[in-house]
Amino acid sequence: MKPITRIHSRTAVLADENIDTDRIIPARFLTTTTREGLGKLCFHDWRYQADGSDNPAFPLNQPQAQGCSIVVAGRNFGCGSSREHAPWALLDYGVRAVLCSEIADIFRGNALKNGLLAIVIDELEHRWLLKHPGIELVIDVRGQFIALPDGGRIPFRLEPFARHCLLNGVDQLGYLLQHTDAITHYEQQEKAA
Amino acid sequence: MSGKTLFEKVWNAHVVVPETTDTPAVLYVDLHLVHEVTSPQAFSELRERGLPLRRPDRMLATLDHSTPTLPTNADGSRPYANAEAQAQVTQLETNCREFGVELHGWDSADRGIVHVIGPELGATQPGMTIVCGDSHTSTHGAFGALAFGIGTTEVGHVMATQCLLQRKPKTMAIHVDGQLPPGIGAKDLILHIIGTIGVDGGTGYVLEYRGAAIEALSMDERMTVCNMSIEAGARAGLIAPDETTFAWLKGRPRVPQGAAWDAAVKRWRALRSDDDATYDHQVRIDATAVKPTVTYGTHPGMAIAMDAPVPAATNAQERRALEYMKSEAGKPMQGTPVDVVFVGSCTNSRLSDLREAANVLRGRRVADGVRMLVVPGSEAVRRDAEREGLHQIFTAAGAEWRVPGCSMCIAMNGDLAQPGQLVVSTSNRNFEGRQGKGARTVLASPATAAASALAGRIADPREYLVEVAA
Ligand code: SF4
Repeated sequence: MKPITRIHSRTAVLADENIDTDRIIPARFLTTTTREGLGKLCFHDWRYQADGSDNPAFPLNQPQAQGCSIVVAGRNFGCGSSREHAPWALLDYGVRAVLCSEIADIFRGNALKNGLLAIVIDELEHRWLLKHPGIELVIDVRGQFIALPDGGRIPFRLEPFARHCLLNGVDQLGYLLQHTDAITHYEQQEKAA
Repeated sequence: MSGKTLFEKVWNAHVVVPETTDTPAVLYVDLHLVHEVTSPQAFSELRERGLPLRRPDRMLATLDHSTPTLPTNADGSRPYANAEAQAQVTQLETNCREFGVELHGWDSADRGIVHVIGPELGATQPGMTIVCGDSHTSTHGAFGALAFGIGTTEVGHVMATQCLLQRKPKTMAIHVDGQLPPGIGAKDLILHIIGTIGVDGGTGYVLEYRGAAIEALSMDERMTVCNMSIEAGARAGLIAPDETTFAWLKGRPRVPQGAAWDAAVKRWRALRSDDDATYDHQVRIDATAVKPTVTYGTHPGMAIAMDAPVPAATNAQERRALEYMKSEAGKPMQGTPVDVVFVGSCTNSRLSDLREAANVLRGRRVADGVRMLVVPGSEAVRRDAEREGLHQIFTAAGAEWRVPGCSMCIAMNGDLAQPGQLVVSTSNRNFEGRQGKGARTVLASPATAAASALAGRIADPREYLVEVAA
C-alpha cells in the first residue's frame, strides 16, 4: 500500500443515513474473483437508470460532484454485509475518504486496510458538512485534522495502528508475520493444555 | 478485581500478543469458515506472495452463495445464474484442492450455508474464536463462541497466520426478562430487539444475550438471535453455553468424544459471565411484550409489531425508505398484499424453522398469485425435513422445495424477486434491492412467512395455529 498523508478535495454529500454495502455494490456483482474494475458498479442501482444512463437524482452524478474524492455521508455508512468489495468499488470509483459521525465497524476496518480514509467526526461538524457540499477540505492524516477553507479545523482520531499503517504504507500481513514465533508458542501451549 | 464477562474470558484465552496504545492485539483464530464469494482474492494474495496456509486443518469451506437451488439439468450440469457464478464455485474447488482445505462441495452430504453447517458438524464449539468473510458469522455466538465477520484482507491474514489484528470491543448485555408468549419465536424477539436498540445500537460492541427468555430458547432459536446481532451493528453476539448447548453438540462429528467430551464440557461450564462482571452498556427487554414482528422500511432497525401503525418518517432517509417500501405511516403492516414468500437463509433455514412453517401450511394452499420458496439451510436439514415429510407439506401447499443454499437471501444465484414485488422473507436484510433490484423485503419469522403465503397478505400466524390446536 502506498503511504497516505493528506487528501485535498472538494466534498460531495450522500446525506442518506444507513447506506449499506448492498447499496454500495449490489450482491449480484459479487461473483467476481478479483478486486479490480468494480468502480463502474459502485452504487449501481442508485447511480444508473433502468436504461443504463446516469440517474440525475444520484448526488454523485451531479456536475458539482465531479472530481470530488471526499464523500460526506449520512450516519452509519457501510452497515450490513462485510464485503470488502465495497471499499474496493469506492476507491476504483474515485472516492478516497468518507466522513461520517458514525461508520459501521467492519466497513471501517476494511476501508482503512485498503487506504480508503473512513473517518469519524463529531456530530455537530458532520451536520454542518452535510449542509455544505462542495466545500474544499484538506484531510491531514498525520495531524489528524481536517482543514477548512476559512482556516478552521475539524479534529478526528484514527486508531493509532491504522494511522501508522496509512502514513507509512505498512503491509499489515507483513506485520502479522513478524509475530510468527509468538503464534507458534501460543499453539504449542494450547496443545499442551 | 471485578469478575469477567463471557466475552472477556474467550478473548483473553486467545490473545497471542496483547494490545498496546499503538498496536492492536494479535488474536488467535480457532476456526476459519470459508465460502466462494469472499475468499478468491485472499487465496490469490497468498499465491502471489508465495505463502502457505498456516493451519488448513482449522479451515472449513462450503459452497452456498452463488450456487443454484434448482436440481441439476438432465445432462448433469448445474443451472448456474451465469458463467461468473460457476467460475467462482470452480475457483473455490480449485483453491481448496490446491491448498488442502476441507471443502463441503457438491459431492458432500454436508454441504450447506456456512453458518448452518459449522454447528451441524460440531466444528462450532463453546469458547472458540470463529471468523468468516461473512457478517453473519455472529450466528456461532449462540454456542458461547466469539464469532465475527471479517473482510477479505483479513481472510488472507487468517489464512497466512491463523491470527487477526484486533482492538478489544466494548461489551453490552441484553437482558431478556420473562418468557415469549405462545406463538412468538426467536425471530420476532430479535427483530424486536433491533427495533428497540436501533440498526447502529450495537456498533462497537459485542452483545451478550442473557436472561430467562434466552435460557429457554433451543439452539436453533439461539442461532437465529445471534445471527442478527450484526443487523444492530454489533460484530458479535454471544449466549453462555449450558445444558441445552451441550446436549445439542454431543456426538456431532467434530466434537471431542468419550473422556475428552467430559473434559470439554467441564471446561465449557466455566464459560459464563461472572456475577460481578461489568458491561459497558446494558439493555433490558421484556419478552412478554413481544408480538409477531416485521420490518416496514429498508433496514432491520425499522421493525415493529405487525399490528402496530407504521411510524411517520422523521428524516429524508426514512421518507425514502417508506416510499421505496410503499409502507404507509399510520397503517399497520398486517394486511399488506404479498407477492413472494421466502423461507430460508442462515437466520431461519434449520429444521425447526421448516417445521414452524410447515405447521402453519399443513393441509392448506398458498394464496393464488403468491410464489413461495422454501430453501433448507443444508443437505442435513434437507434430509431430515424429507424424512419427516415436510417437503410434501410444502409442495402440496404449492410452495417450491429447493436444494440448500443462500438463495433469495442475497439473490446472487438467480433466485430473486422482480422490481416492486413485496417479499415476506425469513432472512436478515431488508436493504433496497437485496432480494433483486427494486424488490421490497419484509423480514419475518417462518410462521409469519407461512401465514402470509396462505393469506396473500401479511398475516398473524397465531390465527392459523389456533385453528390447528382446536
Ligand atoms: S444466507 Fe444470506 S446472510 Fe446467510 S450467509 Fe447466505 S447470504 Fe449471507
